[in-house]
Amino acid sequence: MPDPLLEVRGLCRTFGDVRAVDDVSFTLPDGGSLGIVGESGSGKTTTARIIVGLDRADAGHVRVRGQDRTAQPRGRTERLARARQIQMVFQDPYLSLDPRTGVEAVLRETLKLHKPGTDPAPRIRELLDQVGLGTRAADALPRELSGGQRQRVAIARALAVEPTILVLDEAVAALDVSVQAQILNLLADIREQTRIGYLFITHDLGVVRCVTDDVIVMRRGRVVESGRTADVLALPNHAYTRLLMASVPRPGWNPHAIGTARRALQATEPTT
Amino acid sequence: MNTTKHNPAGTPRPAAERAADTPPAALDIRGLRMRLPRTARPVLDGVDLTVGAGETVALVGESGSGKTLTSRTVLRLLPGGATTEGTVHVAGDDVLTMNARELRRLRTRTAAMIFQDPRAAINPLRRIDDFLTESVRLNKIMTPAAANARAVELLEAVGLTADALRRHPGELSGGMLQRVMIAAALMGDPALLLADEPTTALDVTTQAEVVALLGDLRARFGTGLLFVTHDLGLAAAISDRVYVMYAGRIAETGPAASVFARPRHPYTKALLDSTPDLDAPRGRLAAIDGQPPDLRRELTGCPFAPRCAHADEVCTVEAPRRTPAPGEPAHTAGCHHSDRLEGTRGDA
Repeated sequence: MPDPLLEVRGLCRTFGDVRAVDDVSFTLPDGGSLGIVGESGSGKTTTARIIVGLDRADAGHVRVRGQDRTAQPRGRTERLARARQIQMVFQDPYLSLDPRTGVEAVLRETLKLHKPGTDPAPRIRELLDQVGLGTRAADALPRELSGGQRQRVAIARALAVEPTILVLDEAVAALDVSVQAQILNLLADIREQTRIGYLFITHDLGVVRCVTDDVIVMRRGRVVESGRTADVLALPNHAYTRLLMASVPRPGWNPHAIGTARRALQATEPTT
Repeated sequence: MNTTKHNPAGTPRPAAERAADTPPAALDIRGLRMRLPRTARPVLDGVDLTVGAGETVALVGESGSGKTLTSRTVLRLLPGGATTEGTVHVAGDDVLTMNARELRRLRTRTAAMIFQDPRAAINPLRRIDDFLTESVRLNKIMTPAAANARAVELLEAVGLTADALRRHPGELSGGMLQRVMIAAALMGDPALLLADEPTTALDVTTQAEVVALLGDLRARFGTGLLFVTHDLGLAAAISDRVYVMYAGRIAETGPAASVFARPRHPYTKALLDSTPDLDAPRGRLAAIDGQPPDLRRELTGCPFAPRCAHADEVCTVEAPRRTPAPGEPAHTAGCHHSDRLEGTRGDA
């Protein structure tokens, strides 16, 4: 059997006394889409940062197509090679773009770094087209763009190096619903065309249901439930998953019952 | 409706409220129009909105729709250079014509606002007790002792204990701090609570608790609540009535159940369809193409027309007036083609 696209085994990370990530394991198949769901402090963002290489694990492994990327990269070539494997899109498109750098310049800079010696112009046009930005946007500065357009730029920048995995950390959370739908559809199209793998870090179960095949639910650093997204959301096993689902506001919603369930769940476990 | 107000300091309520047997609406906005410098169209264009005493009303819209401007106007927190027409009455008094003394009274007693990010709304260097009692002490609404007693009472009402008084903001979680904000908003015993995305920065399970709390407090203190949010699911879950804003206008309003189950404005329907939720069929979302109209351009006709599948000639020339749904006078929508909207969302 070939090695999976991304394999995470026994990942641990502690900050002082806090076990931020505690024995986290999962697998992302080729062209797959996996959601990591949890609330603040669940460890989902720390897990993502370790996978991308922005943070180091205390224990455990991250492998891309069987190749370990847990150890510190040796030298510039290896660091760049790793960056081409996994790219990340952040939550806030107002913070993740340099306000002084125009859209085309952002992409040119990335391409110059990773593909020196090739003419970036055709690839820039292709990227802008792929994320649905016209050539008029190419000359714009970030402040001249809407939130949705900025997030498209961030996605284009991440796709520029043709990564095999895209980590999206709450990448649609800051967008209005109508724009969020545009971006989610765009991401679905890109996955279909390129067979890229997605790791979706989110607190929003509606988004998870919409764009992922598999899901893991994290709480206090641990994976409390995992499986096919459709199965987990149809028949959640863990009390915490049920609580998260009940917490999604909808008509007939009972916020009092959610509060009671939350306290009951907290009472069954030691406080950390 | 229970209108008894909790009033520990024994100060009289505003005259308008004492005079009438039935209290005036907590909030009554009529024909509010606001213009800003260097814009070609009003940012708020004929907004009518009421919140009855003890009622929960949701104001829904996307960025730039004017929902936050509307709620801030209720406290006369206007952007620089703004000119307004229309009236904004809070508990019977017109906010836009108040003098400085009346305005201070409005902001410290009659109405209060809870913001999205509690950490941005509190001084991190000062203790919670100082924060809670500052406004009523400085405005001599209560003696320091009465203010402290009221602070303890409200902290308990929002599910915290009196120890929180001696803490600093950095020692409290986001959910706890938002409870402190709610307690602070209730210190002056307001007739109207304005909550601008008060749960957006919170985790979903915490959001449920804060919403439950707001519901309890509204029932206990008879406060009218205007809940500003971009989250349609949340609006549907908590409000009695809902207003949907688009490009500075009220596109649709009515009882929450009716608006969400049988939207009569294409924008409301499009918003509902583009929200990924746990019940709708999986697959591609029905995104709304295009963008809201630019403030630098004048608007003729319906502001949603360029993005609307139902739009025809009349939509581009004539601005629609809001008309009631058949058999539902309280449910109105500003659309020339409400009757063409097939559709009910089966799950709403």
